[in-house]
Amino acid sequence: MFEEVGTTTEGDLIINMGPQHPATHGVLHLVVTLNGETIKNVEPHLGYIHRSIEKMCESLTYRQFIYVTSRMDYLSAHINNHACAMCVEKGLQLEVPPRAQVIRVLMDELTRLASHELWWGAMAMDLGAFTPFFHAFREREVINDIMEETCGARLTMNYMVPGGVMHDLHPNFQQRVKDFLQLYKRKIHEYDELVTGNIIFQNRMKGVGIISPEDVISYGCTGPVARGSGVSSDVRKLYPYEIYDKLEFDEVLEDGCDSFARYMVRIREMQQSVRIIEQLIDNIPDGEFQAKTKAVLKLPKGEFYSKAETARGELGVYIVSEGGTTPYRIKFRSPGFSNLSALNHLVKGGKIGDLIAAMGTLDLVIPDIDR
Amino acid sequence: MEDEAMFLKQYIQDIWGAIKSLATGMKRTGYYFTHHKEIITQQYPDNRDTLVLPERFKGEVVMIHDENNEHACTGCTACELACPNATIKIITKFDVDAETGKKKKAIDTFVYHLELCTMCNLCVEACPTDAIKMAQTFEHSVFDRSQLTKKLNKPGSKIRAGIE
Amino acid sequence: MWSLSNIAANIDQWLNANMSPTWALIVEMVIAGVAVIGLFAALGLVLVIMERKVSAWIQIRLGPNRVGPKGMLQSLADTLKLLVKEGMTPGGADKLLFNVAPFVAMIVAMLLLAPIAFAKDFQLWDLNIGVLYISAVSSISVISILMAGWASNNKYSLLGAMRSGAQIVSYELSAGLAVLAIVVLTGSLRISDIIQAQENGWWLFKGHIPVIIAFIIFIIAVTAETNRAPFDLAEAESELTAGFHTEYSGMKFALFFLAEYVNVFIVCAIGATLFLGGWMPFHIGNWHAFNGVMDWIPSSVWFFGKTFFLIFVIMWFRWTFPRLRIDQLLNLEWKYLLPISMFNLLLVTLIAIMGWHF
Ligand code: SF4
Ligand code: SF4
Repeated sequence: MFEEVGTTTEGDLIINMGPQHPATHGVLHLVVTLNGETIKNVEPHLGYIHRSIEKMCESLTYRQFIYVTSRMDYLSAHINNHACAMCVEKGLQLEVPPRAQVIRVLMDELTRLASHELWWGAMAMDLGAFTPFFHAFREREVINDIMEETCGARLTMNYMVPGGVMHDLHPNFQQRVKDFLQLYKRKIHEYDELVTGNIIFQNRMKGVGIISPEDVISYGCTGPVARGSGVSSDVRKLYPYEIYDKLEFDEVLEDGCDSFARYMVRIREMQQSVRIIEQLIDNIPDGEFQAKTKAVLKLPKGEFYSKAETARGELGVYIVSEGGTTPYRIKFRSPGFSNLSALNHLVKGGKIGDLIAAMGTLDLVIPDIDR
Repeated sequence: MEDEAMFLKQYIQDIWGAIKSLATGMKRTGYYFTHHKEIITQQYPDNRDTLVLPERFKGEVVMIHDENNEHACTGCTACELACPNATIKIITKFDVDAETGKKKKAIDTFVYHLELCTMCNLCVEACPTDAIKMAQTFEHSVFDRSQLTKKLNKPGSKIRAGIE
Repeated sequence: MWSLSNIAANIDQWLNANMSPTWALIVEMVIAGVAVIGLFAALGLVLVIMERKVSAWIQIRLGPNRVGPKGMLQSLADTLKLLVKEGMTPGGADKLLFNVAPFVAMIVAMLLLAPIAFAKDFQLWDLNIGVLYISAVSSISVISILMAGWASNNKYSLLGAMRSGAQIVSYELSAGLAVLAIVVLTGSLRISDIIQAQENGWWLFKGHIPVIIAFIIFIIAVTAETNRAPFDLAEAESELTAGFHTEYSGMKFALFFLAEYVNVFIVCAIGATLFLGGWMPFHIGNWHAFNGVMDWIPSSVWFFGKTFFLIFVIMWFRWTFPRLRIDQLLNLEWKYLLPISMFNLLLVTLIAIMGWHF
């Protein structure tokens, strides 16, 4: 029972954070019940940016629907497209040429790096440090420039097509990626100096937003949120797709279970992505970048599922086909939605500042949650 | 007594560590404050003349015309079918061949709704004769929405000979 | 010599020669008032553009560079924009308190300007309890914030105001204790005495490590008192949107904004006066030749140079550090700053009694 003035019967304060609020990074609406500064309950209200992407996809052909998924988690646009293309390929029993596989993995990892860079800046900004945001964009811009040169766009590239990728790599690609890696290695220590090592930052992050491994599993959290609690959940390791099983990289696990552990997972994941890119950049096999496909794609009758590791966790694509040119039903399992469901558990009993910090470590992208 | 000494030592160590971490951060920002050559701001639109977009940049769909005002579009509507959001509308007509007198399907108007286009490049990929391509323009703002509906084949243009 | 104190003296002479002493005093007061308001406006403009440039360079950006030469008139344009904006009063607000709050903030800032010595013999009011006056008046500023937060009838504002209340009340203690260190060394509360005592060297250098510690604590505490990052919890933008001034717009917002900057200027001026000698040039003991050279630089330049250096340091903090959480903020004060400054005060007293300082 809420009274009109926005307090509960026990006299707690109810605050509507969002849908327009600087810390929600989009149109998320949190109904926060406060006792003084202490949080008693957080209830996310979703749907402000629901565009019925799943329904839209059902009226598009298998070639067309992929581009729409760039608009879900726009920071991992490549990986979304990748997961969808893989699902279609599964239905068509299509073999992707090795060159295309390598290109896809390279693009995925660059996307992951760019996404984590942006997250790092936004996270620091949530905690009140503005400078890292701009420094993070410096490196992210370089990745975006590389993407622009090869894919023709910076954010919603639509580069993955069923059977491979749309264009071949740009001739400058290798050199520019190497330049970027050099720049990145020169700057990586600044991240620690500015944020990670900072005593204020550490105090804000350590020991708050705790979630146990059991709770991680029961909420269905994936990605860095799960790995921050020591739950192995990297799709690239557990269900390798493309050439991930042939690559050397570690699944980053931290057992702090708190906001700082999730932060460190992402920081260390960036280094793993760099490691993957370094392994591949000089070993791109020659050959086709796209398998030969028919002009009109038709999936056989049946159900197909594929998943990929986006920057936020496990993205599942589930297609039901009736044998026509458009899917009968499409369902996306988006990582952001499950991760957000753990928010109340994370911050109950904490302070308002903890809510902001915990929300930052969940790395929410609202269109990914609402779709 | 021992405990207190330990506590005091820890207390002072904490403070020292904190000050050191803060000083490291300040050193980094101080470096950027004094090193202006690290500034990465691009002054658009002042740099419009020198701004080069990569040739693959997807800014707008255009039809390729050669110097004789001829294009390669047969009016096959493959691009219209490939487009996910009905951005393209192909209006065809029947040309009468001057020599044989046979009727032949040809393009009358290639209608392109820039306001609907998502720059997905699927139409360009679908076109069998490479008649269209992506242009690198990106300053698309206009005062009236109707200006965004464009006719891509130039007036008086016709299909290049030999293209089926 | 052409200096601020000479100008003031000339005006005084001229006025007294031409009219009765009462009228001369009244005219002088009016001049002083106009000068204070003028200084306010100038400070607002200068500090805003300074902050924007400092933040831009730290953030590898260019910063404002379109309005006027190198963007120097940007803050003038901003002020103009704020002036012509509609000043809204929200429906459920307590109209009187809501409209009065920004003026209280301004008046507090103006009162604080009175005892500050801008140059040699250039001071509005050299009262004998100058330091005490400053700490007393500056604590009124919390009232304006509480008024604004309460009257806005907005939960974010209320939370921000409450945070700010807790914060300013706590940090006043260690700021006061840090100031006390200098008072103990000088033996006087009068600003001019404190400055005169630094004729053979600034307290920061004369007073050994305890004074340096007091200086650091002072800087931290005044950063918190003026609600600047990393202690900007009252307006923590990612948590409380804009904190206590969420509902303010137009000129009323500008007054808060201005008061914040003027407060920063004032606390830095006090810091410069107490620890860095105010307008006193850089003197080393009995090196008369060196001291003579230093005296050639006008005293107002010394004062403003030191003050702006401290302002820069506070801006530097803001653009480097993340924000603290409310409980950590209070922990920092009560568990670290306060005990340290108390212990430090003991040390300073010892130094003062034994005469160990230079
Ligand atoms: S780029 Fe995509 S949306 Fe635009 S016209 Fe071509 S197919 Fe349609
Ligand atoms: S542009 Fe290409 S695909 Fe479209 S109608 Fe013309 S020839 Fe066909």
